Amino acid sequence: MNITFEHKLFDNRKRNTSEFLEISKVLRQDIIKSLTLAASGHSGGPLGISDIIAVLYFGGYMKYHSDDWQWAGRDRFLFSGGHMVPVQYSALARAGFFPVEELATLRKFGSRLQGHPGYVDRLPGIESSTGSLGHGISIAVGMAISDLLVDKNRRKVFCVVGDGELEEGSCWEAAMAASHHKLHNLCVIIDNNDCQIDGRVKDVMSVYPLNEKFSAFGFEVIEIDGNDYSQIISAFDKFEQNQTNGINKPMAIVAKTIMGKCVSFMEDDYHWHGNPPKPEQAIKALEDLDKIC
Amino acid sequence: MQKYENYGSKPTRQGFGEALLEMGKIYDNLVVLGADVSGSVLTSYFRDAYPERFFSIGIAEQNATTIAAGLALSGKKAVFSGYSAFVALRNADQLRISVCYNNVDVLIGGGHAGVTVGPDGATHQSLEEVSFLRTLPNMKLVIPCDYWQTKKATAALLKAGGPSYLRFGRPSVPMFTTEDTPFEIGKADVYREGNDVALIACGHLVWPAILAAEELEKRHGIKARVINNHTVKPIDVVTITNAANECGAIVTAEEHQIFGGMGSAVAEVVVKNCPVPMEFLGMKDTFGQSGEPEELLERYHLNWESIYNLALKAIERKKSKNVSYLSPIDYDVEFKD
Repeated sequence: MNITFEHKLFDNRKRNTSEFLEISKVLRQDIIKSLTLAASGHSGGPLGISDIIAVLYFGGYMKYHSDDWQWAGRDRFLFSGGHMVPVQYSALARAGFFPVEELATLRKFGSRLQGHPGYVDRLPGIESSTGSLGHGISIAVGMAISDLLVDKNRRKVFCVVGDGELEEGSCWEAAMAASHHKLHNLCVIIDNNDCQIDGRVKDVMSVYPLNEKFSAFGFEVIEIDGNDYSQIISAFDKFEQNQTNGINKPMAIVAKTIMGKCVSFMEDDYHWHGNPPKPEQAIKALEDLDKIC
Repeated sequence: MQKYENYGSKPTRQGFGEALLEMGKIYDNLVVLGADVSGSVLTSYFRDAYPERFFSIGIAEQNATTIAAGLALSGKKAVFSGYSAFVALRNADQLRISVCYNNVDVLIGGGHAGVTVGPDGATHQSLEEVSFLRTLPNMKLVIPCDYWQTKKATAALLKAGGPSYLRFGRPSVPMFTTEDTPFEIGKADVYREGNDVALIACGHLVWPAILAAEELEKRHGIKARVINNHTVKPIDVVTITNAANECGAIVTAEEHQIFGGMGSAVAEVVVKNCPVPMEFLGMKDTFGQSGEPEELLERYHLNWESIYNLALKAIERKKSKNVSYLSPIDYDVEFKD
């Protein structure tokens, strides 16, 4: 199987939903390709969150300069669950942070594309190492405190947290601190695919009800279908309005997603949490993705 | 060699608190996090002077450590301080990944360390954290001996940047360094010269090591070299190797378990570069208990008399060169009985 990454870059601006379909298709193709080449890694989660990542990076909601990634005015994004990073690598490459060909080096010796993101590798666009579950949301709180309360600027922080990840108690310490310090510049996106390694989240250790928990912890909560562009867009629009309308709460977007979304044999199957496709499966997966648009 | 003279006493934590207050003036990006014990570890001085750069995180050490990393990733010098019993091991994973792997400017102030926290008892007497902290890549670990050294170490670690841990205590302890005594991270201080035995101590046990050396000279004419090995990581390989080579016998002393602490770090250097007989003074694989600091130091033999006795033993072993004379690690039999 000959795997190549076509040179297609996207800019960051307001778009209509059909354009996001094309972008997320490329992100999903990249995930399948890079994981197949790596012969290890997590397929299901990145495929499920691809629509949200497409809107976040290419819908004009996050400020960044891909040619000057440490630009002091940038908004920041991080996956609290570092295993989700293949889709972020793809988005960063497609936004021009680093060459698209580098996606072929995922998880390889000497690569900047570590299995879980490594800050020390200085891959443009990676804001922190994450991988031990439950850390990223606290890091995001630290970043949001720095922006809103120390530097008093208008930067925003976005953080995707897994639903299973919320079983880590420190996530709730972070949630408490976010509302205590009124971090309205913090947007936590809960990737609610109800899958974790051992099975359904509700069976392994239920974290539900999510809306009520985050509300009780002082968040403004929006529940959306995380694979529906119009709902994703309206959630991020609301977050953007919160920056100026005097809301002094952090936002939690509970995004119901489908693990393995758009790849028929992976959809909603928790066995695809931590496995890459084999080459013959990758061919089938790419065929599925071709049907999207 | 540095001069020393006991001229009173103050807690090491006061040096930490005052240093942060002063550094707040120098670094406008210095941010301090509190974990409900700001008045104990004296981050309260900074809090009261710079309330806009002090953030209360509550009793949540894991979160505070990681928030500190997030602040540091945003260009801040972040300080988080609490009891050493809870800010080194409960948050071990956060220190390992978010602080050390990210390699960012986070200083952890581990206060109330050791048995000298006293009446609070075993739960609050941190005696194990050095063993973990010194295995962390990028971590700097300093255990200063008195008020002035704690003040200087705080400033030096903030200036150096990167992940660091400062371990200090609660009670008033003798002051014998001054405002003018030099301090350098990774450079052990020698207070007394001698070639018969080297007494290598850190933290609260440096002063007893000096007293032991004075007694050894007075009673036996033994010249003991006294080394304040305040930086456990990066360790001063040269000073330790020279001590092993020139003295031929070493006693280490620390307010920590003998397993994995400063003494173990010294032993790693000695075994590799110049093996000589060593004796280790510390907690002997046991937990502490309630009591006044002085009572506990006496009970666990963390005093000058023990350093003195171990020095004589180490010198005897050096002379006998008899391998069978090597002592097994002596556990705290007294306590277990």
